[in-house]
Amino acid sequence: MADFDTPELKEYPVIPHIQEGTMAHSKPFVAKEQFQEPLGFPGELVDNWQQVAYDKMEELTGKYRSLAVFLDSCVKCGACTDKCHYYLGTSDPKNMPVARQDLFRKVYRRKFTFAGKYFPKLVGAVDLTKEVLDDWYSYFHQCSQCRRCSVFCPYGIDTAEISMAAREVMDSIGVGQKYCNEIIAKVYKIGNNLGLPQPALADTLEGLEEDIEDDTGVAVRLPLDEKGADILVVTPSADFFAEPHVDGLMGYAKVFHEAGVSWTLSSYASEAANFGMFIGSYENMRKVSLRIRQAALDLGVKRIIFGECGHAWRVAYSFLNTLAGPFDFLDPKYPVPMHIMEFTYDLIQRGGITLDKSANDDMVLTYHDSCNVARASRMGPKPGGQFVLPREVIKASCNHFYDMPQDTIHESTFCCGGGGGLLTDDLMELRVKGAMPRMEALKHVVENHGVTHMAAICAICKSQFAKVMPYYGFQMDSIVSVHQLVSNAIVLGNKQ
Amino acid sequence: MTFLTIVYALLFYIATALLIAGLASKIRQYAKTPAPLKIPTTPAPVTRTGVVMRMFREVVFFESLFKSNKWIWIFGWMFHYGMFLVLARHLRYFTDPVWTWVALIQPFGMYAAFAMAAGLLGLWARRLLVDRVRYISALSDHLMLALLFAISGTGLMMDYVTPTDIVGVKEFFRGLMVFNWQPIPQDPVLLVHLALVATLMIIFPISKLLHAPGVFFSPTRNQVDNPREQRHLSAWAAELEK
Repeated sequence: MADFDTPELKEYPVIPHIQEGTMAHSKPFVAKEQFQEPLGFPGELVDNWQQVAYDKMEELTGKYRSLAVFLDSCVKCGACTDKCHYYLGTSDPKNMPVARQDLFRKVYRRKFTFAGKYFPKLVGAVDLTKEVLDDWYSYFHQCSQCRRCSVFCPYGIDTAEISMAAREVMDSIGVGQKYCNEIIAKVYKIGNNLGLPQPALADTLEGLEEDIEDDTGVAVRLPLDEKGADILVVTPSADFFAEPHVDGLMGYAKVFHEAGVSWTLSSYASEAANFGMFIGSYENMRKVSLRIRQAALDLGVKRIIFGECGHAWRVAYSFLNTLAGPFDFLDPKYPVPMHIMEFTYDLIQRGGITLDKSANDDMVLTYHDSCNVARASRMGPKPGGQFVLPREVIKASCNHFYDMPQDTIHESTFCCGGGGGLLTDDLMELRVKGAMPRMEALKHVVENHGVTHMAAICAICKSQFAKVMPYYGFQMDSIVSVHQLVSNAIVLGNKQ
Repeated sequence: MTFLTIVYALLFYIATALLIAGLASKIRQYAKTPAPLKIPTTPAPVTRTGVVMRMFREVVFFESLFKSNKWIWIFGWMFHYGMFLVLARHLRYFTDPVWTWVALIQPFGMYAAFAMAAGLLGLWARRLLVDRVRYISALSDHLMLALLFAISGTGLMMDYVTPTDIVGVKEFFRGLMVFNWQPIPQDPVLLVHLALVATLMIIFPISKLLHAPGVFFSPTRNQVDNPREQRHLSAWAAELEK
């Protein structure tokens, strides 16, 4: 299947001994000039790259308190060393969160701290040489920014913040990652990550409407660019065609249909994902976010609802108000933005939809908490709602549900292995190995409870699992969308 | 006035000045650096009071560390709380009359010194024996443990092996506080103990000991989870909107 070995799934999780350099060869393709320049980055390694990088590091430590505090505060206690799914899956010590941070920290110390300037050997400080830069490029693209380490750090040090900073420094000297930067450029040009233009999108949605009608006999609409609709739905573009994403999209449409609300998608803001976050670029993240504000204004909607996407929900929930607010032109009765899960959960609570659980009786389900939803956002009014709402929606849609082991769900959830801008074929080995802890937890419930399917609410998780599950002996279609379950169970026409 | 008294008096003035100035400048830097985005590690409190509680649990009980690793937690807690009591106990060298609560904790402070030393040895053992922790340890990480252990070791020696002239020690430090220098007792163990303490004070603001103020400024722990309710905008980000 590939030129690497798929990790073996053990009965109980085992913390591996370190094996230096096992993933040093893992590097994503470097972005060429045409993918760098639309984002405002130099097209290739600049001549005085070392100095430019130092200047950028200084700028970033002055702009981000997280970075300034995190670089100083680590005491090397080791609490994070066994928490990263990439370390657990690869045994490469540079995939331990603290060691990954240290790749950045040792340069910071050398240039910006007394100890590092005068006693570099003592504190392990080094200059940013070409070798160090290569290590940065390799290992800062082995972090999915999932924040699991930050849960367990006594100071809350979040390696994601340092990975983002490192990627921004690398972008600023012309060493960008092709996958992320190409995609962001596509959003600027066309409006979504997939480069799906308006006519193609309209066509796709029409096809989905036909599918639903063939299947159910009910005319459920998937409107595009409809001015005056109440709700703008922003969803990851993978929802338009990828499996199982598209089944989720049809689920949203059916829910809106039953709720009797008017809604629309936008071709201008046809992307919930915001890869600006992955590359740590506030400016690019803001530029992508502003498209959503513009679409909401142009279409004259009253509310914004996001579809199933993990990092998109982080940017939407935590950052959208900051980046593209204030949203005082929207209906103040509703939070801005809302998650589709909040909408559906509410509707279920109010008895606004009828769900026939037996429609999903062919499945025994578990639920994968997506990292950005779990550790960087919320749903509903209470902390932890991000764990409760999806599970309640699933349980309302099916008869058989079992959670995976406690230390692999909720705030301790494991990343799918493909988040943070790593969902690219040139990182396949990393993605397969990084999925190991999640696969191990899944195997546990498969063996103990007969689980057949795992539901998720993140486009990246869904694509990643569909791709890597076969390496571990699971069916690629055993990953499902939560709204796919809703879609199966919903009784249409009941509320008309 | 002996030469040693002058050296130690100056040493402690310099160490105190560097500690305070260094910490103040770091705290000012952290306070002035904006946190442009809401990044609390969720689930996070949705109110300011909730954040105070979270920080309290973090600083007092090491909540996250407890979730993470029970060995580091127990050794870390022994060390920090041992040191806290030992430091509190040392207040008797600076106060006259000695505050009642300081007098009351004197016996506990004695046990605390052992807990502190044992905690340090436990942490050091992990650093040497666990391959992951050994990998991430720089020379300075070992030296920091050596320094702290030597401080607690020399302190314990003065309690149990070669008692020192604690009345003289108190007069020396009380004198320093009012700029009326008194001779320092010429006890080698005491002199080593004090030199190491001064070293610790000096390196505090330029080392990983900055985790002490740092934890209070950590955005993943001190931010309120209310981004939808309240717009959060830093000064430099507001500039982009112009």
